[in-house]
This record gives sequence, structure tokens and C-alpha cells, in this order.
Amino acid sequence: MYRRVSIRMRKHFVSVLVLCVGMIASFSVRAADPSKGKALFQSNCASCHNVQKKLTGPALAGVEGRWSDKKLLHQWIHNSAAVLATGDQYANALYNEYKISMPPFPSLSDADVDDILAYIAQQEAQGGGDKGKDNSNPNPTQNPEEGSANNSLLFGIITLILAVVALILLQINSNLNKLAADKEGVAVPEPVPFYKNKAYIALVILVMFMVGGYFTINGAIGLGRQKDYMPEQPIFFSHKVHPGMNQINCLYCHAGAEKSKHAMIPSENICMNCHKVISEYSGGDLFNAEGKKINGTAEIAKLYEYVGWDANAKAYTKPGKPIPWTKIHNLPDHVYFNHSQHVVAGKQQCQTCHGPITEEDEVHQFADLSMGWCINCHRTTKVQFADNKYYSIFEKFHQDVKDGKIDSVTVEMVGGTECQKCHY
Amino acid sequence: MEQKKYWKGLEELHNTKEHQEIVNNEFREDLPFEESESLLNATTPRRDFLKYLGFTTAAATIAASCEIPVKKAIPYVNKPEEITPGVPNYYASTYAVDGEFVPLVVKTREGRPIKVDGNELSSITGTSSTARVQGSVLSLYDAARLRFPTIAGAEATWSELDKQVGAALAGLGGAPIVLLTSTIISPSTKKVIAGFQAKYPSFRHVTYDAVSYSGMLLANEASYGKRALPAYHFENAKVVVSLNADFLGTWLNPVEYSKQYGATRKIDEKKPEMSKHFHFESMMSVTGANADERYTHKPSQTGDIALALLNAVGGSVSAPAISDKRLADGIQKAAKALLANNGKSIVVAGSNDVNVQIIVNAINSQIGANGTTIDWNSTVNYRQGIDSEMEQLVKDLNAGAVGGLFIYGVNPSYDYYNAQAFTEGLKKTKLTVSFNSHKDETSENVKFAAPAHHYLESWGDAEGRTGYFSFIQPTIAPLFKTRAFEATLLAWSGNTTAWEDFLKNEWIAKLGSQEAWDKALQDGVIEPATAPALGGASFAGNVAEAAAKIGSIKKSGKDALELVLYEKVAIGNGKEANNPWLQEMPDPITRATWDNYAVISNKLAKTFGSELGDDYEINNDKTVLKIKANGKEVLLPLLILPGIHPEVIAIAVGYGRNANAGKAAAGVGKNVYNFVSFNGTTRDFYSPEVAVEKTNQTYEIGVTQTHNSYEGRPIIKETTLEEFIKNPEEVNEDRKELDQFGYDPKNPHDTTSNFVKNGTLYPDVHQYQGIKWGMSIDLNTCFGCGACTIACQAENNVSVVGKEQVIKAHEMHWLRIDRYFGGTDVDNPEVVFQPMLCQHCDNAPCENVCPVAATNHSSEGINQMAYNRCIGTRYCANNCPYKVRRFNWRDWNGADSFANNLYDVGGMNDDLTRMVLNPDVVVRSRGVMEKCSFCVQKLQDAKLTAKKAGRPLKDGEARTACQLACSADAIVFGNVNDKESRIYKVRNEEQKSRMYYVLEQLHVLPSINYLAKIRNKDAEKAEGKKEEHAAHHEA
Repeated sequence: MYRRVSIRMRKHFVSVLVLCVGMIASFSVRAADPSKGKALFQSNCASCHNVQKKLTGPALAGVEGRWSDKKLLHQWIHNSAAVLATGDQYANALYNEYKISMPPFPSLSDADVDDILAYIAQQEAQGGGDKGKDNSNPNPTQNPEEGSANNSLLFGIITLILAVVALILLQINSNLNKLAADKEGVAVPEPVPFYKNKAYIALVILVMFMVGGYFTINGAIGLGRQKDYMPEQPIFFSHKVHPGMNQINCLYCHAGAEKSKHAMIPSENICMNCHKVISEYSGGDLFNAEGKKINGTAEIAKLYEYVGWDANAKAYTKPGKPIPWTKIHNLPDHVYFNHSQHVVAGKQQCQTCHGPITEEDEVHQFADLSMGWCINCHRTTKVQFADNKYYSIFEKFHQDVKDGKIDSVTVEMVGGTECQKCHY
Repeated sequence: MEQKKYWKGLEELHNTKEHQEIVNNEFREDLPFEESESLLNATTPRRDFLKYLGFTTAAATIAASCEIPVKKAIPYVNKPEEITPGVPNYYASTYAVDGEFVPLVVKTREGRPIKVDGNELSSITGTSSTARVQGSVLSLYDAARLRFPTIAGAEATWSELDKQVGAALAGLGGAPIVLLTSTIISPSTKKVIAGFQAKYPSFRHVTYDAVSYSGMLLANEASYGKRALPAYHFENAKVVVSLNADFLGTWLNPVEYSKQYGATRKIDEKKPEMSKHFHFESMMSVTGANADERYTHKPSQTGDIALALLNAVGGSVSAPAISDKRLADGIQKAAKALLANNGKSIVVAGSNDVNVQIIVNAINSQIGANGTTIDWNSTVNYRQGIDSEMEQLVKDLNAGAVGGLFIYGVNPSYDYYNAQAFTEGLKKTKLTVSFNSHKDETSENVKFAAPAHHYLESWGDAEGRTGYFSFIQPTIAPLFKTRAFEATLLAWSGNTTAWEDFLKNEWIAKLGSQEAWDKALQDGVIEPATAPALGGASFAGNVAEAAAKIGSIKKSGKDALELVLYEKVAIGNGKEANNPWLQEMPDPITRATWDNYAVISNKLAKTFGSELGDDYEINNDKTVLKIKANGKEVLLPLLILPGIHPEVIAIAVGYGRNANAGKAAAGVGKNVYNFVSFNGTTRDFYSPEVAVEKTNQTYEIGVTQTHNSYEGRPIIKETTLEEFIKNPEEVNEDRKELDQFGYDPKNPHDTTSNFVKNGTLYPDVHQYQGIKWGMSIDLNTCFGCGACTIACQAENNVSVVGKEQVIKAHEMHWLRIDRYFGGTDVDNPEVVFQPMLCQHCDNAPCENVCPVAATNHSSEGINQMAYNRCIGTRYCANNCPYKVRRFNWRDWNGADSFANNLYDVGGMNDDLTRMVLNPDVVVRSRGVMEKCSFCVQKLQDAKLTAKKAGRPLKDGEARTACQLACSADAIVFGNVNDKESRIYKVRNEEQKSRMYYVLEQLHVLPSINYLAKIRNKDAEKAEGKKEEHAAHHEA
């Protein structure tokens, strides 16, 4: 909850700024802010609504036109049951069509609803919205060492060339020496060919040992790591379609991420919250990693098979079976990792560790999940030091920040790289 | 300062050659090569060496480069709302086995119980528990439990069983039906039984307690007209006199009494006072070991002592002659103290003799205990068995006068003194049904086995003390095809109500609403809003008659031996013997594991050619004795214990279970219940006539007593109350020697002080910016009961190693309780218990020597252990002055990469038993070191909760398992940097003069401090002091 509040605060700050500028320019009243609406839409509405398509609830394009009174619409969003009770014709028709009552959103202010409606109007105007182009995704972390790797290759090549030149020069030198000796009539022993020269052989062995060792060690370190692991799943579930195109909040399905160490694979009843209604896939073409075209509707049918849902009868007709998903992100037994710690206390975005998940049809392991990778992040990431009262006990750091000795406190400084933070 | 001599055994006291040898050879953990002799002499040719090298490298490569297995993530089909994977749920429940009453909170993860702790809302027991309560969660996953109902040994369905039993009941034709149970403290269960009785008028209910208290019940009836047990209030007692009652270990409800007694043993430095505890006993019990004054006697003398005490407090009886002067003086002393504290003292007795208990009641009446320390208003239901009823039942069974026998929660074929007669009678009975959870000694002879649930799978309620209720609710769906005892009985009495509904209806009727019932289940307890006033009772017993009967009790002659039976703290009456945790818990007094044995004094052992002081303690082989009493005999190894009466042999009951009891209990020790005898009214748990002879056999016992020696370094500090009042600083006088190093006793934790800064290799002392964890252990309120050891084991997945490995000193307990004897009187030593666990030193010697930095220091003051980094050099254990590091010599848990390395003797590794493992703590593989982590998983969890809520960590949110389990609140834990925390206040305000660190002079700067023990005894005579002092210098 805290997290959301703070986002809102920040957004408020932005909107106040926008508001001030707007007031100076045109003396107009506060205008609804579609950008703010987008965030609200994604966290509150997207799990059941799309702008263009019917999901669990109706497509929202033109929603304002369909309601007789904007006030009534507001009321409907705040508490749909109350509107139904008034006997409003349109509202009751809606309910009869979808057979699901819309949950109340008493926390949304009227301004919030206006923002959402502005966002819907904007999307409607754009005709489909920014499908898949979620510009809020942070860039996948750049590997800072990429540049230096290129350099080392360059240096390697130069070293090799220089070595060859040195070798040739040495040969020339020895040949010249030999010629000079011959000329002077000094008897010199016949030179050993270089492939029999013990110095050369030793050198070659040494180089091979080092190169071999390098690859062996690298290979050994990589054992058990499975970066880029992208197994085939029992159902072709596309994150691009769900949180991407349909903008369903990650936490709607992975509810554990805020509460538990496990983010949780959603139980099938969560899937069926929407898929009771959505039985056909009507989005763009889907392709798997091998380039084979995937029939989205058939994949939804697989889900029905698992949960025992009869799409025609609209009823559960068989006992459900769990879906045996293949686990992608595997940490060893001796590592304790807690999602809620990172999401709630650390305020990390899912994408920090899971990459541009909203653009992926099939999920792959984005990070290598190695200890070095964890530690690197803990060294550079700043904790919410001033905002979280938990850290009030770190008096010295607070003083240092105040005195300007340090500008921020990293996870490492509060003990985040110690063994027993993750191993016990 | 005067240094008192402490010793773990007589060899240490006399510092024998053998003792020095074992001390020099500090690590008894020899390399585990049984055939090391031949191995060391073998020559390994160079080629062989190369072959092995090549093979192992290749094997390691193949093993390591195998493909990573594909793992599945299986979600719920329909997730229960209350379960979030990874987040524990807590349910209130109650441990109500055999009449013990401990309200609990059960921690479940992903729907399986993994840990129990006391329920904070209970005013009787609070968060405390005992070793057996802690171990009960493992009993749930006992692989030897019955998994389905059986008819004549063959699996049956419940409906078939119901049909056949129904038919059999109908066919009895009015022949009596008897239900035989242990003490039942559940009002609703009693109502179900009453319902059955209503249907079958020939029915009767017999309560049988394996270890009987019917002497007390009958004496109370004779004295006060109530066949009940009063509620004892040790917290109100300034003087406690116990005649053989082990109220801190096994007597009635030890958690409750430990909590009360502990309150009187806490020292307020500003106003130092504490209770005075006199103890008279034959064997040394945990309670006796904690007494201020302890006297030993033969078991048959208990009555005489009670009479002498009654006489001395002014009762109208003549005192029998007591020849032992020390004992006679002790009685006079105790009487004096009782008289001086009229209305503030209490006398309790463990005897099962009605007459002895009548005399004890007379004493209590004389000293004004009724209504002040003994409450007759709210009586307790802890034991209800009357021995003569059971005696009659066995007679009836053999006479064929019983038509049907239902057995629930008792095992008389094992623990009845005349088990054979019972079993024969059982076989003669037409309809026999057992509700026991195991196919135990009794159940194997019944026709119908209708196994009941484990209490963690059950619904139920319990009324420990009148008006004090606690509830039981299922924390897991039944693991097997079992059915609640009450449900079965309801079905057979023709009541179609489900048991849970029956219970719910009962309580909704009592409480008024569903909401009140829900709240009751959530809280777990219902107690009177204000504690009812204590009530007295007027004594109306016939003292003269009781005295006369005591006079006729059979006694042994001078120098003749007597036998006494006792319960061990961990195993108790043997019902829960199939529990590897409890079997491996070192007995608080003998420090022995996995066995029972004949405990004798050194003096007696000499007559069997075995004696402390030669190589007795070094060798685990003990001489086996043949012990004969009551016409029965048993072969048991002897174990020498300083402090037992020289003419007494003590043997623990609860051992010698048969193979059906399960892997851990089967064949461990010998059953000695057949030494119990029936005196016409009650059962006696001693025998005045015993013949003992030595055999040529020897037997190995896994005693942990001499593992880990401190080589006589001072680690215990103690003083007497009198001296402490005179000069509180005296107990820490030796600290003055540290002054020269800049030690500031007023501020020992000042990281800027020279003492902390100097003498370390590293110029930067650790800075603890946020949290600095610290623990304080009060030696005055540690009674050595071992609840913390098992709590730690349950919380941290500590391995069970088995007897063979204990003998090799490979036990794994992170927290051990060292038992030291003090003083020089070998027959009457003083005892100190010291819990010893990783001290989390700020200048830790282990950290400096680890070649791979697997153990290092955290910014919160925890000495961290990264198991996966450890390569097993054991340098750290070598360098630890406290000997608290534990090495995994074997793969106890199947945690190794190689499959067939598992070494499991306790039966801890089948899929069922492994469900008890705490998923937040990794199981350690072979070859790594481990030790106490301060329950870091609990600390991290508490911190995370605070962090997520965006608030500072509150004191008391992070509690270690040992701290929670301790009934006497001996352990205080918290953030030392927080000036409002209890630990800060204990160290800096409340207990400044008693606080010390063990081996402080080594400058390891431990994070655990101890509070010096204070005995409420008379100051020793000046001469004695000198002698002791001298002895120390010689040593």
C-alpha cells in the first residue's frame, strides 16, 4: 500500500506542476491527466477491462457516451451495487450481459476517475493504443564490461601480432648470427628446429594451460546457471499478451510478490477470473521460439482442459488438475530470497530482475541469478533511507547524509552483502 | 576472587591422568575410519595414488557436469484464501497429553505444522513449553503411527469397523463395557463418553495414569473431602520444601510450576531476595539440582521425613528416628524456615503413598499454605487415575467379567506393573478395541484398532484448571485414515453429529454466539476475566492413623540397597518414546542419551569394581548389573552419578519399547515398569528390597558429559544471597584484573574503550550502526530442563545422529546445557546448569582462522556461518574457546549431491518425517561446520515485517526459539543498541553486578552475557572456604 501512495505522491507532484503551468497559460481548471490515468487504469482496471476489447467486462472505448450521466458513471465505479439497486436501466443491462458485478473502488477519487476516462479517451483516439510498446520498461541493464571486453580482444590481437613479429625477428636474428658465424668460420652447432625447441614447447604448453584453465574455470563457474533458459511450457502463456497488450498488473496474478518470499505462480482460479469470459484469442499472431505459429484460442482450450471447464456449458464439469509449469528461475537450496522484501521494502520493479517481461511471449531467464549479480546490485542500489522509518535507527548515516558526507545509503552499507542475509 | 571448583565428573575434579589425556587430545572427533589402524599402515603405491586421483577427478567432473534437472512449479488449482505459500499461518492448540496442560500456538507452513510454542495469552503457561511439548510436532510425522483401522490385524474401512463393533456391542448382552483411558481433561470428550454411557448402562470409565498420582488424589479426599488436585502457586512461596517431587521436570504440569518458581528465583538487584528451596530425594532430579539445600534419603524413608517435618513444624505426631545426621539437621532447618514463613511457604511430595500425602497435607495446613500457596478454589484436572480401579479392572478382565474393553491413550501391556496379567485378561475379553495411535504393546492384542488422530489433526478442548479452558483445532488434514476418538465414540453411541459440530454446539451454547466461539478458537484460551481468589480448605485427615501406617512401611536394613524408579525429562512415561529428538536429548542430570541405565553412587560402584576416577568416564563401556526386585530381574549398565543416595539404585521408566513403537524407540533401554508394586491402595514406584550383582558384560552408553572440556577455566560465577546482599560486586571481583587492559565495568560494550579496541588483530573494531544483537542468560533461573535444546532443534533443522555417533562425540545440538557439579562433597554436590551456544563474539577466534571466510562477522554482531562456503577444515572448531561448533561428520539429512551417503539412524529421513523440516533453514550436508545462528531466519523475518511496514523494529518482535521455549524467562534477547530494549536494561541497569561474560579475559568479546548464580543458602563456614581455595590452587 505504501508503495502505491508514494507513486501517487510523485504523480501528484507532477500533476501539480502541470496544473500550475496550465493555469498560468490558460487559466483553465484542472484538466484530467491521461498519463496519470494510465497508471491507475493498469493497476485497477486492466485485469478486467480493455479499451478496445471485451474481456471480463465491456470494452471501455466510448464509455462516457454510453452512460447517460457522467455522475452516474462515477457512482458506478465507486460502488456498482448501489447503482444497480437504483434500477438504472443501462446498469442492469450491463450486469445481465456479463453476470459479474464490478468490485467497488471507493479509494478512487473523482479526479482519479476523470484521469482514467481521459486515458481511455486518448487510447480510443489512438485506435488501439501503444500495443506492447510499454515505454515504462527500464532498459535492460547494460553490461558495463562489454566495452572493456572489446578492448581486450584488440589488445590480444595486437599482442599476437607483436608476438609473431618478435618470433620472426628472433628467427632472422638467429639466421643472421648463423650467417655471420659461417662467414667467420666459427663452428656453431646445427640449430634445433623451433618445434623441437624446448623453450618453445614449454611456452606453448604454458599458453595452452592458461587458456584451457581460463575456459575450464569459466565453465565451472557457469555450472548450474541457466541464464536465457527458455523451456517450453505446457500452455503457451504469453506475458506479451497479458501484462503487455492487456496491461494486467503483474501483482494481479503474482500476488505473493508483495506478501511472501514466493511471487507465486497464480492458481488456476485466478486465470479463470478472466477466462471464464475470454475463450478466444483475437490479438495479433503469436509465434513460439522456433517460429511456429501458435493458435491462441487452442491454448486457452488447454487451460479449460486443466481446470475442467466446459466453455459451451459455461460450467466446471470435471475436477481440476494443476498445470505443471516448468520452473525457470531456480535458486539453489542454500539461498534465501524474498520477493516481498524487494518489491515492498526495496521498491524494485519486476523488470529489474526479470527483464522486459511485457514484451516476451515466452519467458526466459533474463538475469544469470549468480551471487555476483545479486551482490553488484546490492552494492549500487540505494535503500529508501529517508522514507522508511525502519532505517531511523541508523543514526550515524542520517547524520552523515545531513552533513553531506554521503549522498545516499546503499544496501551494502546497511549490511546487504553479508553472508547471512541470504544464506541460513 | 575465590574460585570455586566446578567439575563435570570426578575425573575432572581429581584431574586424573586419563582426564588430562582426553583434554590434550581435544578433538575426539577422530577421522571416521573404523579400520584406521590398517589404513595408516597400508602403503599406497604412486600408481595407485595417481589412479585414485584420476578417478576422483573424472567422477567429480561427471557428477558435476550432469544436466541440470528440470524443475516443475505446480500451482494450486484453487488456492485456499488463507494460505500464501512462503508465509506461515499460526493456529492455537493445546498439548493435553496424559493430563499435562500446555496451551500452544502452532506454526504451519504450506499447511503443515512445523513448530509449536506456548500460547502467550495463557496466564498459566505463557510462551513456555517443555522438551516433550516441543517434540510433539515430530510425533505427528511419526512413521510408526497406525495408518488405517484394522480388524484382527487386517486393514478395514471405518464403515466396516463401525458395523462389526456395533454388532459386537449388541451381542454383549449387558456384559460390562469398560473404557480405559489416561487422564482426560477435555470437558467435551467427557460429555461424549457420558453420551455413550447413556446408551450402554453397563459402561464404566476407568482412568489409568502410567505414572500414578492416585496417592495424592486419595489423600486429598481423606484430608479435604475432595478427590482433586489443588492448583499450586509456587510464585507466592518464600520457602519451598519438596519431598521427591520433581516439579521442574516431570511432576504434574512442570511448565506451569517452572514459570511460577522461576518468578521467585529472579533477583532484583535493588532489593535482592529469592525463595529458599529445600529438597529431599533419593535420585538427583532436575528440581533437586536447583535446590538451595538438598538432602538424600532412601525412598522408603519419605514417610519418616514427612512425619519428622510435621513434628518439627508443630504437628501432633512423634518424629521417627532418623539416623542420618545431615538429613535430620536438614529437616529441622527446613521446618524452621517453614515456620518463619507461615502463609508464604509450600510443601509438595512426589510420593504415591496416600499416608505420606496425608502427612504432607497436614504440614501444609500447619504452615498456612492452603489459600495462599495452594489453591482449593480452582482445582486442577492434571491427573485423575485411581490405582485400585485399574487393579479391579485387571481382576475383572481375568475373571471374564468384562464384555468389552475400549483402550484410548494408554498402554498397560507395556507400562502396567503386572502387564502380563493385563494382557492375559485382554485376550480373554470378547470385544477389544484400541484407539491408540500406534500398534503398541497393548494394541497388538486387540481385535479392533480404531486409531485416533494426533492432537495436531484434532478438534478438542481442555480444562486444565477449573475455569481455564484451552482449545484444540486441526492444523493439518489427517495424514492417515484415522478418526477422532470422540467421533468414533459418537458414532457408536448412535449420535450422528460430527465431532467438530458437537464441540462447536457445546461451546456456542456456553459462549452464546458463533463470533464468541470463533474468537475463542483464535485466542486458543478462555480464562476468567479476573483470576479468582485463592481458596483454602480445612484439614480433616487422620494424622495418627496415617503415621501408624507409615510406621509399618517396609524398609531396607542398614547399608542395604533400595531401588527407585523415575521419569526422565525427555522421555517421561515412555508414551512418546519414538521421538528421535527426545531420545537424543542429553538427560539434564546424567547427560546420557538413547538409553536407560542403573544410576548409582560412586561408593556403590566401587563394590562393582567400577569407579569414577579411573578410566570410567573416558570409556563409554559401562559394567552391566543384574538387578533383581519384586521377583523380576533386568540387566542394565551402571552409570555413576555424584549426588544420588549411596544406597539407592535409580532406573528411568519409559524405555524398552517393542518393535511396534517405531524405529527410534524400539529396543532402546529396558522396561522396568515391572519393578513397580501395588501396596493394596496405590502403586509404589520404588522397591525396598533389591539385589544387585555384577556381570562380566559391558554396554556402551552415549554420554555427552565429558565432551568439550574447558580444562578448569572459570566459566561459572556464583555466590550466596547473603554475600550478594553484603557486597554485590564481589561476584565479579576477578574482572578487576582486566582493569589494566582498559576494561570499564560500567560500560563494557563501549566500542571506543581501550579494552575493546586493543588486543585485536584488526584496527577497525566492528561498528554496529543499526542493530547489535545480544543475549543474556540468567544462571539463576536456568533449571536445565532442556526445552530450549529441542526448540532449537525443531526451529533449525538440527540433525539427529544416533547413539553410535554420540559415543564418538558427534552430536549436533547447537545449544547444549552443561551440567557442572560444584563443591568438594562428592555425595552432595551443588549443581549449576549453563546453557552454552555460540557466543557470537565480536572478536571471534573462529573467524580469523577460516581459510575461506565461510564464517565471518555481520554488521549486526552475528557470527555468520555460510555453509555452502565451508570446506570443512574444522580450524574454527579448533579455535573456539566455547566448543560450540558442530561438524557434520555424516550426511544426516540426504543433503549431499551423492545419493547413497545418507546416515540415518533415528528414522528422520522418510518423506513423512521430513515434513517437519523448517523450509526457511537449509539442511546441512556432510563436511560442513554449523552452529547457533541466533535463529537468524526469525530475526530477518521480524526485521522484514518492520521494514515493509516502514517502522522501526520493536523490542520483543525478534525472539529466538530458545528464548520463547524457556519457562522461567532465563533468556533475554534483543537489540543492545536500543536503549529501550530489555537486553539493554538487563545489562546496563537491572543486573549490572551479576552480569559477566564467559572467558572474558580472552578478549573475544562475546555477545552473550550470563548472570551469576545465587544460592539462597547459609554462607559457608570460613574454614570451608579456605579449604576450597587451597584445592583450587593445587589444581
